[in-house]
Amino acid sequence: MAALFKARRALGTAAGRGVRCLSQLAELPELHQMMRQTCRDYAQKELAPIAAQLDRDHKFPAKQVKELGAMGVMAVEVPESLGGAGMDYLAYCLAVEELSRGCASTGVIVSVNNSLYLGPILKFATEEQKKQWITPFTTGEKVGCFALSEPGNGSDAGAASTLAQQEGDEWVLNGTKAWITNCWDASATVVFATTDKSLKHKGISAFLVPMPHPGLSLGKKEDKLGIRASSTANIILEDCRIPLGNMLGERGMGFKIAMQTLDSGRLGIAAQALGIAQAALDCAADYAHKRTAFGAPIGKLQAIQFKLADMALAIESARLLTWKAAMLRDAKKPFTKEAAMAKLAASEAATFVSHQAIQVLGGMGYVTDMPAERHYRDARITEIYEGTSEIQRLVIANNILKEYQQ
Amino acid sequence: MSARVLVGVKRVIDYAVKIRVKPDHTGVVTDGVKHSMNPFCEIAVEEAVKLKEKKFVKEVVAVSCGPQQVQETIRTALAMGADRGIHVEVSGKDYETLGPLQVSKILAALAKKEQADLIILGKQAIDDDCNQTGQMTAALLDWPQGTFASEVNIEADMLKVVREVDGGLETIKIKLPAVVTADLRLNTPRYATLPNIMKAKKKKIANVKPADLGVDMSSRLEVLKNIEEADAGGAVQTNTEGLSSLVMEQTLRPVKSGSAPSPIQTRPM
Repeated sequence: MAALFKARRALGTAAGRGVRCLSQLAELPELHQMMRQTCRDYAQKELAPIAAQLDRDHKFPAKQVKELGAMGVMAVEVPESLGGAGMDYLAYCLAVEELSRGCASTGVIVSVNNSLYLGPILKFATEEQKKQWITPFTTGEKVGCFALSEPGNGSDAGAASTLAQQEGDEWVLNGTKAWITNCWDASATVVFATTDKSLKHKGISAFLVPMPHPGLSLGKKEDKLGIRASSTANIILEDCRIPLGNMLGERGMGFKIAMQTLDSGRLGIAAQALGIAQAALDCAADYAHKRTAFGAPIGKLQAIQFKLADMALAIESARLLTWKAAMLRDAKKPFTKEAAMAKLAASEAATFVSHQAIQVLGGMGYVTDMPAERHYRDARITEIYEGTSEIQRLVIANNILKEYQQ
Repeated sequence: MSARVLVGVKRVIDYAVKIRVKPDHTGVVTDGVKHSMNPFCEIAVEEAVKLKEKKFVKEVVAVSCGPQQVQETIRTALAMGADRGIHVEVSGKDYETLGPLQVSKILAALAKKEQADLIILGKQAIDDDCNQTGQMTAALLDWPQGTFASEVNIEADMLKVVREVDGGLETIKIKLPAVVTADLRLNTPRYATLPNIMKAKKKKIANVKPADLGVDMSSRLEVLKNIEEADAGGAVQTNTEGLSSLVMEQTLRPVKSGSAPSPIQTRPM
């Protein structure tokens, strides 16, 4: 009895110290609940009403991004000394999920700025670089982007053909980057280029390039199926010159930086996928109450009930995986496998749930009067970017095999 | 200016929730139902924080009466910028019968204890729609009142309050200390920022019992029955000839038991 009491007290103080424990999967700490509620209120009031129009007009939500910056959401993990909110990754995942529930494009804009741009800089930059490249990007006035993929390689990230050659006290970058989210609205980018071709993936380095900048131009905005309010385009580097001090981390560290960044980034995308899935479920469940057929609301029909159950199950499972991976990351434990599982589960949940949501809505799901069709279109990319579902499976399998190493 | 402001915040069922009457008709279902800060109280907190930012006020104290759960509401006020909170513990039967009379007595006692110069409240709560607490508090303290405020300005030791009344807008000047109740158009409440949510955790919430303040919690009202709107048997009609259109809008709302959502713009989804 005494041991139980001691254990319970230890749990209490551990939770008080902010150490992640399993009970948080059951009920979030008060801080996180408040933060989640704030983001949910903002998404409901400010994002959901304009999401359809932003999608139709392919319009970057500049005003909302500034407001989110003022709330601290554009730099959740950045310490307060650098202008961020100083919260943990679990809080960030909650924020992205709630915002994506209102508008998936806004969710990815927030996610890319936090995980893909600020993330690697926070981890690998010098103090001087942090002041220059982090602080202005915490307020929502400026957003950043992440340039890894190329027309010739996406999943095959080690084959970067963009070159960086040292000429005196400058790096000269040449090459093309593809599918860069935020680039038309960004003020800086983290670019990955090969500094030593012979070293293959160990010869890739990371660079910080301001935008606009001589030698850096943008390709045409892609006309995408979904997340249309966020811009996606090529970044073309032609004799783009940057000071030597713009290298991020050490020479040859680029691939490692990219992989570690994507490990965290995929939790942001998992959160975005959860938000889209939840919005689709909200839509379907609401419709099931209101639409009548065969003399009763369709929610009374088992066919619809089974769908809603499967949808909710998919979301909740993926959500718990996402939270667990975030908690492991916050506890500075290895989280690569869990992050890959979370992203895989969440993105497949998003496509499944949004597909079924259209089915529940029937004809209404197919027209723009209801948001179901937008959720369907928004969900699809979550299985592709920041690591395709196939790559996630490889990551998980590699980790499993390592665990069972003979 | 070094005024101290007391802001009353009430925890109510969220405006978006569909209210259900309990099967035994003794009240509405509150278990497991989403609660949040009364929207007019949010506006009151926002006004107090704004006054602090303008340096008219040095401290904003958020007060709520109720059981343990109201601490969430106080924390929300802290996250919006209030400096500290006071939780007046009221639970059980006392909480069920808690109404403007008891709350106004509590607020009056606290105002004296905390030496407050200004009390800002929401004009009414969206669950009981009483619209009495502000007025009663002012009466108990013998303070002037500026109710239905759509604009508040401090001028030396006076308050200039623009009030929304039936005929339009009325501007009054009242001396501090005073009670102000917030109306819809007074301001737009801010979203709590993440850093403020973190700071809110460190701010203090003091616990007080009504007995400590010498307040008698007994109720003079007895709720006989609660019934669903559909069973209420028609709307209350008033002869609206000669009254302004604003009044017509207000009085032609049917009598509802439980919550009557106030005329705030409804959010989609």
